[in-house]
Amino acid sequence: MFKRENLPAEASIFAVFVGIAVLFEVLGWLFIGKSFLGNVQRLEIIILQVSIFGIIAVGVTQVIITSGIDLSGGAVLALSAMVAASFAQSVDAFAPIFPQFLGLPIIIPIAVGLAVGAACGWVNGSITAYTGIPPFIATLGMLVTARAVAVIYTEGQPVYSLSDSFTVIGSGAWPVLVFFVVAVVFHLVLKHTVYGKHTYAIGSNEKAARVAGINVRRHKIMVYTIAGSLSGLAGVVMCARATIAQSGMGTMYELDAISAVVIGGTSLFGGRGRISGTVIGVCILGVITSGFTFLRIDFYYQEIVKGMIIVGAVMLDQRRQAKQRSRS
Amino acid sequence: MNNQDDIILRTDNLTKRYGGVHALEEANFTLKKGEHVAIVGDNGAGKSTFVRQITGVEQPTSGDIFFEGKRVEFNSPLEAREAGIESVFQDLALCNDLDVPSNLFLGREELLFKFGPFSILDEKKMMRKAKEVLERTAIKIPNLSNHVGDMSGGQRQCVAISRSASFASKLIIMDEPTAALGVQETTQVENIIRSLKDQGVPLILISHNLRQVFNLVDKIWVFRRGRIVGEVIASETDGNEIVSMITGMQGGVHEKASYI
Repeated sequence: MFKRENLPAEASIFAVFVGIAVLFEVLGWLFIGKSFLGNVQRLEIIILQVSIFGIIAVGVTQVIITSGIDLSGGAVLALSAMVAASFAQSVDAFAPIFPQFLGLPIIIPIAVGLAVGAACGWVNGSITAYTGIPPFIATLGMLVTARAVAVIYTEGQPVYSLSDSFTVIGSGAWPVLVFFVVAVVFHLVLKHTVYGKHTYAIGSNEKAARVAGINVRRHKIMVYTIAGSLSGLAGVVMCARATIAQSGMGTMYELDAISAVVIGGTSLFGGRGRISGTVIGVCILGVITSGFTFLRIDFYYQEIVKGMIIVGAVMLDQRRQAKQRSRS
Repeated sequence: MNNQDDIILRTDNLTKRYGGVHALEEANFTLKKGEHVAIVGDNGAGKSTFVRQITGVEQPTSGDIFFEGKRVEFNSPLEAREAGIESVFQDLALCNDLDVPSNLFLGREELLFKFGPFSILDEKKMMRKAKEVLERTAIKIPNLSNHVGDMSGGQRQCVAISRSASFASKLIIMDEPTAALGVQETTQVENIIRSLKDQGVPLILISHNLRQVFNLVDKIWVFRRGRIVGEVIASETDGNEIVSMITGMQGGVHEKASYI
């Protein structure tokens, strides 16, 4: 449905991605005499690194398409990880959180992590839909609150000794697989289901959506709840990968996720955007981070470049919008 | 007195007050099945207030609305719509980022597979039906997969009207449907209105353009200062009489008026 209109935009994002990768390849040969892309291990690390915030970005894409925003991704990740991990400790754990719940089947910590994320998202959505408080403020509140609850939950202690069966889902290519499946599923859901169509409709013209009989409030709550669940899932995968959960996990991941979404061509004005664009956006951020490390450039310079790219992407979006407004 | 069975919409003493302002006073209105009527009046005459009461946008202070012989109370535009009253609003109410079929079927999508909110859309069927609907209205939209935001004002208005017309609704209300359109686009919209007449779909048209009103409708209701001051058969009156009723002044003085 959206193919014709968005294909060029997406192709250009992909071209930017390829361009950045090639640029690092050239700079690599020029300055340190090594190949950037030739190192398979590096590519593996890039994709593993981006998978976690990529899962959050899939949820954030949907929120932004409704012309909302979700700033709570990283904090919800941390809280979900802490709670999930407390149900995933092995039988021989030292000083476990719940001595009565050791060695549980892995479905329980996974379900608990998803439920915590969903609950946070539900709160975000309900506040946004029912009180008229802008989602920026509602989710900012959640960012602060969820992070604090994550600390209070174990009085600041990390949760470790996670069972081997649980940590499997963070090992090897599992995080990438989870990200891939989540991205494909929601790409199809947005494109081909009533949920997707109404998500775009609400972002495009909320009043029209309401007049057309869409229950806008209920739909928004659903979108935020899904985004929260995906942050929860990212938390589960991340603590399984690290084999430990800490309240400081995923700090700033919400910004990486939002950046990936915006770079991927989703409009902050709502109504436009696709998961496939977000996936490319996620990869662009991954390549930049990895490329700078490869060139041994300081972390803070990375942040400067990332910041400039995000602002540039939003400026492009604004110009697109202005063009459309002048046409209609 | 009309035969009750012929009447699709009736209001009895419909009144709306905003605080001390009497926006609508005891409006007694009837619309027969298949009838096309216009509501005319000066700014502030109560036309839009009247429409807002019968489309559920607002709730009347007093008085009753009967639709298809039954007393109704619409608490929202959605309830009116579910009862079969479709409105085309001045601001169109289209989603600019969606294509034509998505807009036509918004909120009542055709489904391939039912699964709550995650039901799969039958995009081919919606595209096919959208083509049929727009062919009936003789509107040329080259590519239905384009976003409606990329279309001209006339094309968008036609999409909005087709949406109302295509759902076999029992009554269509149009508030100034051609106010923002060019000459050709206005003609297209008027053709759609005529085709609705042929299909027997009743219509209430609000328009300032008296020439258009005379061209399109059977009967004209004149509102002045919140009251209905006249109900005339279009073929039995002329512009001067209508203008006199709108302004409340006697005929003659409007000979050179440019209303018509």
